[in-house]
Amino acid sequence: MSKVIYVFEDDISTDHIYPGRFMATVLPSETPLHCFADMTELNSALKAKQYPEGSFLVAGSNFGCGSSREQAASTLKGHGLVIVARSFARIFLQNAVNLGLPLVHCPQIEASTGDELELKEDVLVNKTTGRTFEIVPLPKLRQAIMDSGGLIAYTRKLLVDRQA
Amino acid sequence: MPMTLSEKILARASGLNSVSAGDVVEPHVSLAMSHENAALVLHQFKEIYNGLTLPARVWDPSRIAIIFDHRIPAESSKTATNHKRVRDFIADQGITKFHDIRGDQGGICHQILPESGYVHPGAVVVGTDSHTTTHGALGAFAFGIGATEMASVWALGVALNIEVPKTIKVEISGKLSPFVSAKDIILYLIGLIKADGANYRALEFHGSTIRAMSTSSRLVLCNMAVEAGATVGMVPPDAETERYLNKEAHVSVPLWLEGPDADAVYERVVTIDADKLAPQVACPHTVDNVKPVTDIVGRKVDQIVIGSCTNGRLDDLAAAARVLKSRKIQAHTRMLVFPASWKIYKEAMELGYLKDLADSGAVIMNPGCGCCLGVHQGALGDGEVGLSTTNRNFKGRMGNPNAEVFLCSPEVAAASALRGVISDPREV
Repeated sequence: MSKVIYVFEDDISTDHIYPGRFMATVLPSETPLHCFADMTELNSALKAKQYPEGSFLVAGSNFGCGSSREQAASTLKGHGLVIVARSFARIFLQNAVNLGLPLVHCPQIEASTGDELELKEDVLVNKTTGRTFEIVPLPKLRQAIMDSGGLIAYTRKLLVDRQA
Repeated sequence: MPMTLSEKILARASGLNSVSAGDVVEPHVSLAMSHENAALVLHQFKEIYNGLTLPARVWDPSRIAIIFDHRIPAESSKTATNHKRVRDFIADQGITKFHDIRGDQGGICHQILPESGYVHPGAVVVGTDSHTTTHGALGAFAFGIGATEMASVWALGVALNIEVPKTIKVEISGKLSPFVSAKDIILYLIGLIKADGANYRALEFHGSTIRAMSTSSRLVLCNMAVEAGATVGMVPPDAETERYLNKEAHVSVPLWLEGPDADAVYERVVTIDADKLAPQVACPHTVDNVKPVTDIVGRKVDQIVIGSCTNGRLDDLAAAARVLKSRKIQAHTRMLVFPASWKIYKEAMELGYLKDLADSGAVIMNPGCGCCLGVHQGALGDGEVGLSTTNRNFKGRMGNPNAEVFLCSPEVAAASALRGVISDPREV
């Protein structure tokens, strides 16, 4: 069980998550510095590690729309956040799966900042409001990449299998 | 089974007789494109081989294209070092389709690929840039992926875990009025179906307007398909595709010129009447906040940009020069023009468009796309308003979260430059 640290509206783009001007920073070890860089309070709180690993960001539909920049997924992963959204944009979702960033596709989610959420197998429970929301599972192949710990490990395994 | 254009191409590339929307396939990749973010791709590529006895060699160096376009010439030592790492990697791996900053080969990736003849109808093209959808204009299944996914493609030569998209058919009929162009069609469509209206879908463009359209204009439509969330935007290849590839891109191999099956299954059909379309503008801060220009005429503009992978082609520069017609850009407005490639730059120079634009007060910049995303040249100041022919207006997009960006066609951009306020090109 963890807290919701922020609630976003619909159509949060990769430019919100990781502004373009920081794109020369590519290494996953460095991208967390610029997470939501234009939202100074949230950025400062993240950098000061005010939120424990497993904290939730909750968003409306089409979270992660826009650029293919993978920094938008690695910056969130670096803070140990779990992203819950009514829907995710395609490339962002794939990047998150490839890097092992946990996403929860929850079409009806309703939550406010500070609410306690609990992730169960196929539902998300808002402990504060007492409401339960269904989760849409990842397609099977994507789950296989997640289970391998990301696309690097998954591709490595395919290369080894190919050689055998 | 009847198939859409996407289904046909993905079946072909995956070695299957037929596929349907919802199937998951692993298509062989014809071309894998990156730009500056190849620095991250190569980092992830080396990670894949970390601990393996296999040599870290790309699957086929002739199928990888790398074009520097986001930050050229390098604006910082960090970028310059990233560029250097990528150049070293390219030399080491024997990658041939490399376009560095050079006046005889450089430009924006989504212009370099078509003009170099790297994209053919029926190909599967992946790019570490969301606007890779552009290449659907040539009848390719072309889509954006992240850097780690590209590293996997470099290693394996296949794209893993690709869901065959459902297709939305967009039927566009009639003749566009003067000063109305492909940009107005795609802005109108995105306003209609919204920013997630085609999420995970293919947009297939059909109709008499499309058949009469140049490849340059088709590239504009497919470029912005991703702004409605689409995986791909596509035009069925036809005689115009063949003409463009033969005559302008000097491709001499036989082309696959098949369209979708006549009875293909579409999720939805959207029709647009081109005759009735007015110039459109996308207002801050979302691409789907689209209004006819007449609704916002008079809005003050500080900086105007013509260029990008959307509208930096020869006909775009010609259209802007035509609207300006030796008149001066309003004194308090700045106008930056970024031709999409050096080939276009030189053609526009020879045809006099660049001189006309500069004489009117525009600044001719070197080809590149960094301005669009606020990473290289042309950033906006606090409280300023930008009007641009680029493809995104998210908050912070042109380098400043305290500025506003409006999107439009080159015609609207040039007309607005003359008056210093958003203007209708039919009235200046």
